[in-house]
Amino acid sequence: MTELPLSATADAALQAAPATKARGYWATVGRRIRRDKVSMACAFVLLLIFVSAILAPWLGLEDPYKGSMIRRLRHIGTAGYPLGTDELGRDMLARLVYGGRLSLVIGILPVILAFCIGTSLGLVAGYVGGKLNTAIMRTIDVFYAFPSVLLAIAISGALGAGILNSIVSLTVVFVPQITRVAESVTTGVRNMDFVEAARASGAGPFTIMRVHILGNVLGSIFVYATSLISVSMILAAGLSFLGLGTKPPEPEWGLMLNTLRTAIYVNPWVAALPGAMIFAVSICFNLLSDGLRSAMDIRN
Amino acid sequence: MPPSPTRGEGKKESDVLAYIARRIVYVIPIVISVALVCFLLVHITPGDPLVAVLPADASQELAAQLRAAYGFDRPLPVQFGLWLLRALHGDLGNSIATGRPVLAEVMRAVGNTVTLAIAAAIIGFTMGILLGLIAGYFRETWVDKLATSFAIAGVSVPHYWLGMVLVIIFSVELNWLPAVGAGPGGSAAWAWDWEHLKYLLLPAITTAVIPMGIVTRTVRALTGDILSQDFVEALRAKGLHETGVFRHVIKNAAPTALAVMGLQLGYMLGGSILIETVFSWPGSGFLLNSAIFQRDLPLLQGTILVLALFFVFLNLLVDIAQAAIDPRIKRG
Repeated sequence: MTELPLSATADAALQAAPATKARGYWATVGRRIRRDKVSMACAFVLLLIFVSAILAPWLGLEDPYKGSMIRRLRHIGTAGYPLGTDELGRDMLARLVYGGRLSLVIGILPVILAFCIGTSLGLVAGYVGGKLNTAIMRTIDVFYAFPSVLLAIAISGALGAGILNSIVSLTVVFVPQITRVAESVTTGVRNMDFVEAARASGAGPFTIMRVHILGNVLGSIFVYATSLISVSMILAAGLSFLGLGTKPPEPEWGLMLNTLRTAIYVNPWVAALPGAMIFAVSICFNLLSDGLRSAMDIRN
Repeated sequence: MPPSPTRGEGKKESDVLAYIARRIVYVIPIVISVALVCFLLVHITPGDPLVAVLPADASQELAAQLRAAYGFDRPLPVQFGLWLLRALHGDLGNSIATGRPVLAEVMRAVGNTVTLAIAAAIIGFTMGILLGLIAGYFRETWVDKLATSFAIAGVSVPHYWLGMVLVIIFSVELNWLPAVGAGPGGSAAWAWDWEHLKYLLLPAITTAVIPMGIVTRTVRALTGDILSQDFVEALRAKGLHETGVFRHVIKNAAPTALAVMGLQLGYMLGGSILIETVFSWPGSGFLLNSAIFQRDLPLLQGTILVLALFFVFLNLLVDIAQAAIDPRIKRG
């Protein structure tokens, strides 16, 4: 290495500086998660399940509603029925792919709804503080007195079977959890100097909440919400499994698992297939959420 | 969350006692709110709560008579007050389907759920602690990766499906264990012998999977954090044997790990409905399931109330135990 005069290195550094633009936080997170093989594999599997569910009618599959008494409970690998047939002779592959449509919606929608409601509640409780905070957080505490499975089943059971009721009950289960997280991160940010500065320069409470606080807390609330999707998928399918979700003949993984239970002595592994789909989606969301969490923790 | 006590740096015993007293007082409003939620559950049900008892062609007078008999004709707050008062005396009404007192039905079923939860806790907590300690100690090695994957699979698996898969393997394919039920004499003749235990084994393993995963993750994180602290370095520097270091790790991890396990025990008691349905285990979840489908609202209400109260008091016990073990714990 040749020794350069001090002024020359300084000049070079000064010239180079504007060329390398500092990478933003989210770009860094994106780069980190793209390097994580496990997260990328999970994202790929989820993408495959989502795309096939959306494109189900155009994939050239059998009719998921059309049964036949003469070809009931065929084994996995039967010619023409790669994943066998169910207790009414309907093609399992088609039903699993179509089943993703409803299963994914009833599993993910409650978390999205709870994310919107819980973030708003937590943000207001954390920012306004005082009596409003006490009122919101103590109400939230009541829901914490119930194990989440019990709460979901209690509300769903009281409201009666149905897709809408199951979405409502799961939303009620997740709102308190997200509110608690949102409140605690908001309280942490509220007293920081830059919020004080914004207030001093005349920003109103809504501007501060939207611009200064939301931007800083949304990330951690979002990661927490993604970790709930796995639980939500299991619970939503569980409600259908109990008969509290959708009704036959609709293809839905939880309900399929329920109706196929009677067939476990005849064709056990076909009966287990819908549960494997729930497991796959649930574990992929869990791993992806873990990957996102560690990608966002850029201090390590 | 309990109100945060103002505490000084001196961790006197009186501080702990004061905290425990506050924590107990705090349970009262929670219990009343839980009762209110259970009470309101019946009132969010669509349709008339009398539908299940009334014959389809009942006259208006009969309906009005029954409504008065059940107290449904009074204003809601009055109904709640009366219901709460009776509940405090152990009267949760009678089951619409069987006519028997709700409390007796629920308590009998809860006994079976407790049996299941204890068996599952023994399996799940032992496995979780062992895997967590090993994974935390051998961090970033293949052992850690294996234990962590096991834990993630445990928390991600739809447990009702896992129950089905276990039945397929051990009952259908291998024919080693019974698929459903609680043994030859049903739940009344339960005993801790092999004839009965073989009925308990599959549901207990299924129930144990989630707590196993969560305890593994918790203990792993705790062990890793403790091992990276300076005092461990100091212990090793003064020549303490690794088993001695391990003792310190366990002592420091215990309060948090116990709290997590206490909470998990509560979840197992309250969230057993899916597993009990899969295995036809005659516990509280199974009872809840039949209450839902027979639209037996007093039974539904009573079961949920009892299970939620179990959960509340278990949480209270955990908090008190934690405060007693480790007075430094941050409260609030």
